Amino acid sequence: MTSNETGTHGAVLKDTPPAGERPLVELRGAGKSYGNIRALHGVDLEVHPGKVTCVLGDNGAGKSTLIKIVSGLHQHTEGEFLVDGEPVRFSTPREALDKGIATVYQDLAVVPLMPVWRNFFLGSEMTKGPWPVRRLDIERMKRTADEELRNMGIVLDDLEQPIGTLSGGQRQCVAIARAVYFGARVLILDEPTAALGVKQSGVVLKYIAAAREKGLGVIFITHNPHHAYMVGDHFSVLRLGTMELSASRSDVSLEELTNHMAGGAELASLKHELAQVRGVDVEELPEEGDLTAPVATSSEGKS
Amino acid sequence: MSMTQQATPAVGTPPAPGPKQSDGRTRQRPLALRLLARPEVGVFLGAVAVLVFFLFAAPPVRDGSSMANILYQSSTIGIMALPVALLMIGGEFDLSAGVAVITSALTASMLSYQLTMNVWVGVIVALLVSLAIGAFNGWLLVKTGLPSFLVTLGTFLILQGVNLAITKLVTGNVATDDISDMDGFAQAQKIFASSFEVGGVNVKITVVWWLVFAALATWVLLRTKYGNWIFAVGGNKDSARAVGVPVTFTKISLFMLVGFGAWFVGMHQLFSFNTVQSGEGVGQELIYIAAAVIGGCLLTGGYGSAIGPVFGAFMFGMVQQGIVYAGWNPDWFKAFLGVMLLGAVLINLWVQRTATRR
Repeated sequence: MTSNETGTHGAVLKDTPPAGERPLVELRGAGKSYGNIRALHGVDLEVHPGKVTCVLGDNGAGKSTLIKIVSGLHQHTEGEFLVDGEPVRFSTPREALDKGIATVYQDLAVVPLMPVWRNFFLGSEMTKGPWPVRRLDIERMKRTADEELRNMGIVLDDLEQPIGTLSGGQRQCVAIARAVYFGARVLILDEPTAALGVKQSGVVLKYIAAAREKGLGVIFITHNPHHAYMVGDHFSVLRLGTMELSASRSDVSLEELTNHMAGGAELASLKHELAQVRGVDVEELPEEGDLTAPVATSSEGKS
Repeated sequence: MSMTQQATPAVGTPPAPGPKQSDGRTRQRPLALRLLARPEVGVFLGAVAVLVFFLFAAPPVRDGSSMANILYQSSTIGIMALPVALLMIGGEFDLSAGVAVITSALTASMLSYQLTMNVWVGVIVALLVSLAIGAFNGWLLVKTGLPSFLVTLGTFLILQGVNLAITKLVTGNVATDDISDMDGFAQAQKIFASSFEVGGVNVKITVVWWLVFAALATWVLLRTKYGNWIFAVGGNKDSARAVGVPVTFTKISLFMLVGFGAWFVGMHQLFSFNTVQSGEGVGQELIYIAAAVIGGCLLTGGYGSAIGPVFGAFMFGMVQQGIVYAGWNPDWFKAFLGVMLLGAVLINLWVQRTATRR
């Protein structure tokens, strides 16, 4: 199934967490400033094998910045970023890939006009033959891509068709299958369900669960708390660049999660003031006391 | 359009690994549509049409030596159209390609003549200069993120001026001196500008080089990692980078490949005419780009072939010479080109729309 014989990434899929409870990827007080704009500040995040860590937040909350740090597109400017307990600083996505951190971006990082199998192996092509005549092992790549996609339950008529002809959900699944095949230990999914319909979202959520079953650590970025709650083991809510909530599944209910996502904590503190204003309905807003889930670093300024 | 037949997401069906390969793959797109989706098919049909047309319209074309002449004409465009096409598939284009040919020829010619050295010294230095021009184009493009139109328009103007000014400065003339009596000339001419007999017809060696380069380019494009990267950087640069394709290397090397092509054609011109006119080459870059586009390469990158531009260049040579053989006013040539170009662009547009349709 997940053979590592191609191995240009050099990443080896480890079956079980070797060092007990050590997280695969850990952020400690990490942050990122673009010039004098602080996009992300004081974020703690842990990714464990076989767990889905959901990162939620509204637009501009810093979700994208967070995954760009982890996937190697940007570098953090404060705090620590550890992989397998070692502090790291990636300068290219390639380095993150070599550590087994694969990202499925919102735009999926596929080339629409290229065939499915070429997209599947892009950047990590299988080759055969000595150097001057080293060539693509097309037969093996097609066979492998077909097998891997079938293992994920995707059956395509023709692997030669441009990937742009697939539906959004199918493309998402191809991208996930690709990451899993290339020995990813940590899978970052950037809003995989954002542009999908209900049924296709279900398919993608199924593959997230499948990836977790395979022992991968998954970072699932979304702004849909319902989708997050279906597969998540741990929830982190970002708000204006800081961590508003960090709770495991047992500590938080879907309702609380939704409230936090909707800016509930801020609204609750405003409830008293809003109640004075005629025409604002505050009955449905939660009381501050209702939000019992542990709140991390909320005392920090909202920069 | 049934090009976009898809499997429905097989949610409930159990995966079928193992030998049951044919499962669910029986439905194929109709053969005609699959063929039309190949980038070189449109231009192949076009080339055949033009050939048949002139076989009827211009009886001298049926002669073997005229055909050799047409092929020679095509090859001088075609050799350069190949790297230009690869570059275009890689998402960029090079306006300096036309004058770079002359720059290369001038370098080789003036260097060997002025320093009275073996012409091979000039040839090697010219190669280095051409590669350096390509590398400069690519490096500037990658570093600044400017569109290739601007970057290479700049190099185009620089080279055009430098060609004229340096030549006048060195030789006091607009052309270089005749180098045909210098050491190594005969040897170099054999490689770049000789001809041979096939069945009583005199065939120029550039035709052979053209086809050899085309075969090589096709192999690289379709069968190697590098070829995969070319499609990827042209199709979606950011995606390519995100999955680990060395985008910078691919782009710069593609520009250097155009430099190599410019060097080769420049050497051909030098060794077949013995002197070089410093003001030439302007406008040629558009001919190369047109041949690549007619050959089915997408101007915006990510799609095309190496064999398409071969037919594209052949159409050029055929029309250019065919009009002469037919005894028409050669002014019609450009009008023909325009029609061919527009036709090719429309076909490309249709292909792109159908290929990306969900």
